[in-house]
Amino acid sequence: MRRRLAPYALILPGGLWLAVFFVVPMLAMVSVSLQSGDLSQGFRQTFDIGNYSDMVSTYHTQLVRSLVYGLLTTVITIALAYPMAYWIAFYGGRHKSTYLFLILLPFFVTFVIRTIAWQFLLADNGIVLGHLKSWGLLPERFHILATGYAVVGGLVYNFLPFMVLPIYVALERIDRQFLEAASDLFASRSQVFLRIVLPLSLPGVFAGVILTFVPASSDYVNATILGGTGQVMIGNIIETLYLTNSQYPQAAALSSILLGALLLGIFGYAKALGTRDVMDATAA
Amino acid sequence: MSTSVAPTPLPLSDEAPHDVSPARRERTGGRLLRVYTAVVIAWLSLPIIVMILFGFNDTTSRFNFVWQGWTLHWYRDLFQIPDLTDSLVNSLTIATLTTIAATILGTMIGFAMGKYRVRGRAVLDLVLFANVAAPEIALGTGLLSLFLSLGIPRGYLTILIAHIMFDIVYVAITVRARMSAYDRSLEEASEDLGAGPFTTFRLVTLPILLPGVIAGALLAFALSIDDFVITEFNAGTTQTFPLWVYGSSRVGTPPQVNVMGTLVFAFGVLLVLGNVWLMRRARRSAAGAH
Repeated sequence: MRRRLAPYALILPGGLWLAVFFVVPMLAMVSVSLQSGDLSQGFRQTFDIGNYSDMVSTYHTQLVRSLVYGLLTTVITIALAYPMAYWIAFYGGRHKSTYLFLILLPFFVTFVIRTIAWQFLLADNGIVLGHLKSWGLLPERFHILATGYAVVGGLVYNFLPFMVLPIYVALERIDRQFLEAASDLFASRSQVFLRIVLPLSLPGVFAGVILTFVPASSDYVNATILGGTGQVMIGNIIETLYLTNSQYPQAAALSSILLGALLLGIFGYAKALGTRDVMDATAA
Repeated sequence: MSTSVAPTPLPLSDEAPHDVSPARRERTGGRLLRVYTAVVIAWLSLPIIVMILFGFNDTTSRFNFVWQGWTLHWYRDLFQIPDLTDSLVNSLTIATLTTIAATILGTMIGFAMGKYRVRGRAVLDLVLFANVAAPEIALGTGLLSLFLSLGIPRGYLTILIAHIMFDIVYVAITVRARMSAYDRSLEEASEDLGAGPFTTFRLVTLPILLPGVIAGALLAFALSIDDFVITEFNAGTTQTFPLWVYGSSRVGTPPQVNVMGTLVFAFGVLLVLGNVWLMRRARRSAAGAH
């Protein structure tokens, strides 16, 4: 009897913590999103879904921008990460873990500081643009900061390792005998890649897509530090509504919309690819 | 590790049946990729170099943007800005407390999920996956909504609650992954040889689990000390290091931030390298014993 209950006793404390501080809060957020009123008048539960339609019509520009930037970031990180992951997995030799460590190195620096360092590097008259301008290679008015390029660049920088790692893990797991068998059967190098390596590495790419698209499209740190006032993303709006304006119902509605859209996308995507595969690859 | 039943490869060397050119193309391709990888790694390191370098910058203005020459001034006056120091102390104590709590709770979950067939496993799997996959901003605003609804003021304690919440999940996943190396028959053998449950746990189960627990704890500490989004929504007026730095980005980041960032960076790198070194040594002495 005691044996049978042991696993539940082990799961209970942490499970309760997650139930109270993760599952219940999601419900609390939906409940707040269905309230009306303001900070001075007080909030009442009215179950009015008007907040949702209001938020979509007011902030659709920022919503679309966030999804587009998230998508761009994901596509660019795949293009940048795949060749690297490939080289490390197949040519890394004894130094594989050293290369992976170097790729993870930015994570030892606070996310906010990393982003500020880019603000510094890309500053209008900073160490890069300043010199290029003084050499006459760039027009005096050229700038990168406060453009979409800077924001997407920052996002790509910050989330690239999340794409490299799962792709690397998937490539590393490929049984090398498959490749030998294929070339013994006179497959060309491109055939080996397209018909063996690429399909077997796709679970890693899919995991990488979740790990980069979700944080990139909901990020507001890069937009704040690198984007200036013209590159506002949905995260910035949620931040302002909650923390500056105290418009809690509206903020909660917007956050629920973002969460709903992303979760729907993730689960639809995981379902289409086989939930376990994606979950395993994401967790690895 | 592979258990697939592949046909025995023919004893052919790679080069023999092919003409020279594909092999040479492979070498050029490999070299190109090597250069490419090096360039991307350099790009990834660029902000780190900037951070370290400008902690030594002899700047006088509030904007630490132009190189003015070397100084150790900022290392000497590291704690000159009381708010910044407080925020770093908060971050360090929160990360420490979080790591202890989340490692214990997360290890229990990961261990139970790896060892037993539990009912409701699918629900637990879903909760863990949703927690990792959900955007941080949703976790942060959800928790804030709960605290607002209950009228709980935000501060040090609510940050701690939030950090333990997301760290439990990462520790549980890390430990569970490690449990794939776990073999029930080892425990049974130990019990057959007369060891009690506690001796078995200490001498058999724990050594198998320990690398996963240490990796989980390191990850928990790193995620806690670096967290910005979830913290910002649940901090109230309490400042952590990332929050203070974010606030300063509008008015000019003082060089002390670079120095603290550098020290945290160096500490983290040394910790991980030390852990790797210890693991290697343990493995080597284990191999030597046989």
